[in-house]
Amino acid sequence: MLRAIAGLHRPAAGRIALDDEVWFDAAAGVDRAPDERSTGFVFQEYALFPHLSVRANVAFAGAARAPELLERFGIARLADAKPGDLSGGERQRVALARALARDPAVLLLDEPLAALDANTRRDVRDELRAILHELALPTVVVTHDFRDAAALADRIGVVVDGSLRQLGTVADLVERPADAFVVGFTGANLLTGAATALAGGGAEILLDGGAVIRSAAPAAGRVGIAISPWEIDLVLPGGADGRNAVPGVITAITRDGERAHVRAGALVAEVPSGTVAALGLRPGMEVLATFGAAQARVVALSPPPGPSGP
Amino acid sequence: MGRYRGITRFAAGRGFTALQALALGLLLTFLALPIVALITQAPLGDIPHLLGEHQVRQALAVTLRTNAIANVIFLGLGTPAAYFVATRRFRGRALVLTLVELPLVLPPAVAGIGLLAAFGAGGLFGADLQNAGVVLPFTQWAVILAILFVASPFYVRSAIAAFEAVDPTLTDAARTLGASRARTFARIALPLAAGGLGAGWVLAFARGIGEFGATIIFAGSVRGQTQTLTLAIYEILDSSFDVALAIGVLLVVLSGGILLSFKLLSAWRSSTSTSPARYGISPSISA
Repeated sequence: MLRAIAGLHRPAAGRIALDDEVWFDAAAGVDRAPDERSTGFVFQEYALFPHLSVRANVAFAGAARAPELLERFGIARLADAKPGDLSGGERQRVALARALARDPAVLLLDEPLAALDANTRRDVRDELRAILHELALPTVVVTHDFRDAAALADRIGVVVDGSLRQLGTVADLVERPADAFVVGFTGANLLTGAATALAGGGAEILLDGGAVIRSAAPAAGRVGIAISPWEIDLVLPGGADGRNAVPGVITAITRDGERAHVRAGALVAEVPSGTVAALGLRPGMEVLATFGAAQARVVALSPPPGPSGP
Repeated sequence: MGRYRGITRFAAGRGFTALQALALGLLLTFLALPIVALITQAPLGDIPHLLGEHQVRQALAVTLRTNAIANVIFLGLGTPAAYFVATRRFRGRALVLTLVELPLVLPPAVAGIGLLAAFGAGGLFGADLQNAGVVLPFTQWAVILAILFVASPFYVRSAIAAFEAVDPTLTDAARTLGASRARTFARIALPLAAGGLGAGWVLAFARGIGEFGATIIFAGSVRGQTQTLTLAIYEILDSSFDVALAIGVLLVVLSGGILLSFKLLSAWRSSTSTSPARYGISPSISA
């Protein structure tokens, strides 16, 4: 998709335009060369020119802005180094500075954090978020990681096999996921079951696991139910408070600072670490995962991929 | 029993190693012998004097002049041609690659007769050339054409490999940074492929200096006109073996220098490339 915007790949159909400047139009036969499109492309592995210094890399697209950009990204002291001598985070900053040297109208980032190890990744993600915020430039980021997308983007488009499943804010995707894939992408739990509409609104769902829950939204037939991990409370058996309660045996507990991820049956709950201690939770215990009817979000199940599917 | 078998196997292993070492020794001796003989037989003290002979100086001038022109031509045509083949996928590409490599396996005498058949008086283009007032066979241009035919494939083949080894993402990046195709070629592809181009050039240059068969058929051996150093050796052989040996020593020094620069170039390439796996290419000398 980014390669199509930048002019490195020619799509079979469609139209690409920036404001009223048409870059590509299959029907009208318009296809501008990459150097005639005002894009700043940051490649996945950064694609820095190995034979040029950091300064020459940044100056490649625009010598005038190079000193200022080197200063701004804190890489002025590396100006004479070759890309091969830089760390992952430094390479990314050089790649960003180089892409911006052309003063592009659009910034394209291809998996900007994929080349980094887990430790660097979080720091660079925060840094990148600050930079993008400051640049206030239209930016398209391609990523497979929902946390990266949530941290960097105002709007997220979920693309599966080349087709757009949902376009919306982070809140849209979490609150109103379009389908089961989006649920999985945002890291929410997905349960499946058979729904029966209730006379007073909402629906009752017989989960495949055997439990019966209610949703606030109406539903009927085979449906998926999405529940975010942080909206699930864990209680000991018998402690249900009238809300939805799904029993499950704890198989894993992962502490991550203040929060703990507890896998109980088919669900993952994210609860305060204090709760784990207070209830004495440990693998092998049976608990009830409870959540409100409003938090049980009904989503359409994606059609199973047929043998002759596209 | 097992122990004895172990010893036998050990002995057999030693025997095989010895056999390999023997084979290597024989081969090296055979390969080095002519060079050693050349240097011991040649009147080393007299070499400057012998090389000062008029015929030798003429041959040296012809060799340098024709090779210089041929090199300029195959570098000028071969580099863009190789970049085209390396960066594009088109129908008949495999055929193009085969045609480029054909002169490498063709006997030089066949190349000479082929050139004569194409550009000679009764040849394919002979009449047209004659009408235009151009006579190629047995002129210095014939020497240049013969060198071009036999030597340029060494360069072009190596240049294609060198350009293919340049990461296409880098040239894509250059395009998105506003560089035209020409600037991308000059600033990115050419410097990144420089090592491979240089290595190919060294091989082609060496082949051109050593050219004999195609030249003697297509250009003849006219003193001061088409007689190169290798042709001069052949002609002088009967009259003055010492002069022939002296030219031989000169060419050994020249070839040794070429081989050394090829090795240095390869070493320099592997030390400057950031990612040997991606940019490292080694065109084989044997090609």
